[in-house]
Amino acid sequence: MQEPNSPWWRPYAAGALLGLVAIASAWATTRWLGKTTYLGASTTFVRAAGFLEQTVVPDHVAQNAYFAKEKVRVEWQFMLLVGVFIGALIGAVLDRSFRWESVPPLWQERFGPSVGKRGLAALLGGIVMMIGARMADGCTSGNGLSGLMQMSASGFLVLPVFFGVGLLTAMLLYRRRTSA
Amino acid sequence: MSTEHWLGLITGVLFGLLLQQGRILRYEKQLGAMLLRDMTIFKFMLSAVVVGMIGITLLAQTGQISYGHKALNLGALLVGGAIFGVGWAIAGFCPGTAVGAVAEGRWHALFAILGMVIGAALFAEIYPTLQSTVLAWKDFGKVGLAELLGISPWVVVAVFAGVSFGAFYLFEKLGV
Repeated sequence: MQEPNSPWWRPYAAGALLGLVAIASAWATTRWLGKTTYLGASTTFVRAAGFLEQTVVPDHVAQNAYFAKEKVRVEWQFMLLVGVFIGALIGAVLDRSFRWESVPPLWQERFGPSVGKRGLAALLGGIVMMIGARMADGCTSGNGLSGLMQMSASGFLVLPVFFGVGLLTAMLLYRRRTSA
Repeated sequence: MSTEHWLGLITGVLFGLLLQQGRILRYEKQLGAMLLRDMTIFKFMLSAVVVGMIGITLLAQTGQISYGHKALNLGALLVGGAIFGVGWAIAGFCPGTAVGAVAEGRWHALFAILGMVIGAALFAEIYPTLQSTVLAWKDFGKVGLAELLGISPWVVVAVFAGVSFGAFYLFEKLGV
């Protein structure tokens, strides 16, 4: 245990404050950008992919229907993710929880200390996850947090699917090997 | 930087700080929830939703902001949602938390970020095919749960808050 003294109310307090930030953000984006914009993350990865591809095959990006739909540019959500990085870094430095970690302890316990093995799994998991997120038009932020806050029917349907399938996959990954 | 960029950045800094303070930027917390051992991400997320839901409903019902519902597209949500779930459990981070995790020094989340950029590029290639198949199955449009059920949004808020507090009580009682 890294933090035996972490108070029980910590995730509730941080979550409730995020709720206030989400309300303020919805109001502020409506006021200053003229369009209510909700917290989200996964569309930014489409734009990042578009920027990278543009350096090699610009014509291909220009002709792609999905890049045309999501528009390859640095906009509000892109800066939101830049901010997430900065905010998390500030928090981790201030409360001294910053720690270089190449393999998560739980993973190491089950799959061993290999960085390559962990890296490959995370890479493949990331590929699969993003294809799913774009297909569902949002991840745990856009579809989950923001979807539920607005009481979108889509959010109430997709979040149990995210978590239910995640749970089954995690149970398979971490099931105890039965000794013969 | 424009107003749009500054607004995004400032909101993001607060978002990242709270994700970090809520202690959810950890592989152990994400998998902990899926293995039903540690419900930290649910405590965080449901708290945010209960508070956010009240304010968003108030602002939207008084016409000060508008809803940005995503389509209730069954193929997209069921198939895409399931694919996301598999990837989430394997990667151990969702898109936003992967970015925050790197900032906490958990640099292995960079592999997940690289994977997600590749995944987004692949999705852009298969998008036209999906549009005429999975995404074309059954779309009920961009609809809120309250209007779909024909009830007051405040009933949904009350039920959601009640269920959330019940869950919180259970989590603390079970010590998860």
